[in-house]
Amino acid sequence: MKMTNPFKVFSLSIVWSWLFLFALLPFGLILVASFMQHDSTQIFISRFTLENYQQINNSVYFHIFEKSFWVAGVATFFCLMLGYPFAYLIARMHGAMKNFLLLLVIIPFWTSSLIRSYALIAMIKAKGILNTLLLGLGLIHEPLQLLFTNTAVIIGLVYNLLPFMILPIMTNVERLDIRLIDAARDLGANRFTTFKRVIIPLTMPGIIAGSILVFLPAMTIFYIPDILGGAKSILLGNLIQNQFLVAQNWPLGAAVSVVLTLVLITLILVYIRTTHGTKNREWI
Amino acid sequence: MTLKNLPAVTYLTLIYLFFYIPIIILIAYSFNNTQYSLLWHGLTWNWYSELFSDADLWIAAWHSLVLSLAAATIATMIGMLAAVSLYRYRFMGRQLLNGLVFILILSPEIVTGASLLLLFALTGLHLGFLSLLLAHISFCIPFVIVTAYSRLVSFDKNIFEAAKDLGATDSLIFRRIILPLLWPALFAGWLLSFTLSLDDVIISYFVAGPEFEILPLRIFFYGALRGKT
Repeated sequence: MKMTNPFKVFSLSIVWSWLFLFALLPFGLILVASFMQHDSTQIFISRFTLENYQQINNSVYFHIFEKSFWVAGVATFFCLMLGYPFAYLIARMHGAMKNFLLLLVIIPFWTSSLIRSYALIAMIKAKGILNTLLLGLGLIHEPLQLLFTNTAVIIGLVYNLLPFMILPIMTNVERLDIRLIDAARDLGANRFTTFKRVIIPLTMPGIIAGSILVFLPAMTIFYIPDILGGAKSILLGNLIQNQFLVAQNWPLGAAVSVVLTLVLITLILVYIRTTHGTKNREWI
Repeated sequence: MTLKNLPAVTYLTLIYLFFYIPIIILIAYSFNNTQYSLLWHGLTWNWYSELFSDADLWIAAWHSLVLSLAAATIATMIGMLAAVSLYRYRFMGRQLLNGLVFILILSPEIVTGASLLLLFALTGLHLGFLSLLLAHISFCIPFVIVTAYSRLVSFDKNIFEAAKDLGATDSLIFRRIILPLLWPALFAGWLLSFTLSLDDVIISYFVAGPEFEILPLRIFFYGALRGKT
């Protein structure tokens, strides 16, 4: 093999310089900024401090972290509960029908998620479609006050993120060897046991991949709490956006971003551990 | 349809209704004859005539289109080189590149947006078309890499050996073998990038400047001003 391969050198230098300049370097800067002192007239003062991380620990910001985890957790739970049976049913279909149903999942996501979130206001407001329907059916006697509550934010998140749960689970169920289910049934396992002991463990990589793809954006899509949660609803995404663009406290915003990235890394490690030794991993 | 399938069909239908009702409502409201209220006030074409006469909106749409076309095209070229290198070569940092792609796809958009804003602020780059373009190319590249790479692994490696034996250089192999076989995946990657770029709110929100307005941000600010009534 020749030592210099012009094509290889060309490709790798372009790829690495781009990723270095616009992925590694910016994140490195965030890491540095998170240890710098805040100043209202400039980006930051180059003096080392742990202040920003201590500030996250104080009650107001800690509460936002707690609330974000809770809201994102509930949204992830509902995505899983709604998405798993859906993904399972579609994955076990065949031919044109399956492709058509899959296309139907993807089509709504060609329209702007921002606009769809505004449309949800019309659905869930006091005199909206949902309340009219429920009142008409006699299921409730007073309109539900959903808009500008956490429930509205969760509905918005589930609505926007459900496909990210469905798609990885579907790929996993497709690869599931049907003979394993038959074998379990032959050995006397009932439907529930088969599901719990065979199907769930085998589709676990899909469940975890889907949960990561829902949980992280759920904490950070700032426009959904903005649109559906009203002024009171502040999640991590709104906090970072505020610190960078409104309060101009970049070091604090950077520190929150770093903590968020640590959460991401933890989740990825969990994913790698659970998929270790299996062939079901989505990437790499 | 048998009776046994009924629960499954009902379930799928309910989920699809959940997906589609807001979109149907949205289309219905575009004909609603009222400005601020979300109640139904009769049919009108006014909003469409207003849409066609709102020059600022069309400028924003044009900006979005130009930005997404440029970002998707450049991201596809860089992503293609990365995928081909990952597939064909063993090099220092290959594992790092692999992991980086994975992390970039998963990392929250808001962190990407904030970190790029910090980079642009420190280097003094003016926020506008260029900052948006650089940011959009960056978040699209990993998606192109994954799309192209998953196609590359399905290739028969012997083709490359045969080409090498016949004296082809790597750039010739790239032009005459890889590109013709890879273009469907590249098109898919381009389309994915174009869609992501056109719809992006979060990253654009951080790196956009006042002179170069794009459609998603215009919709966001428009809604923020009027929607909360």
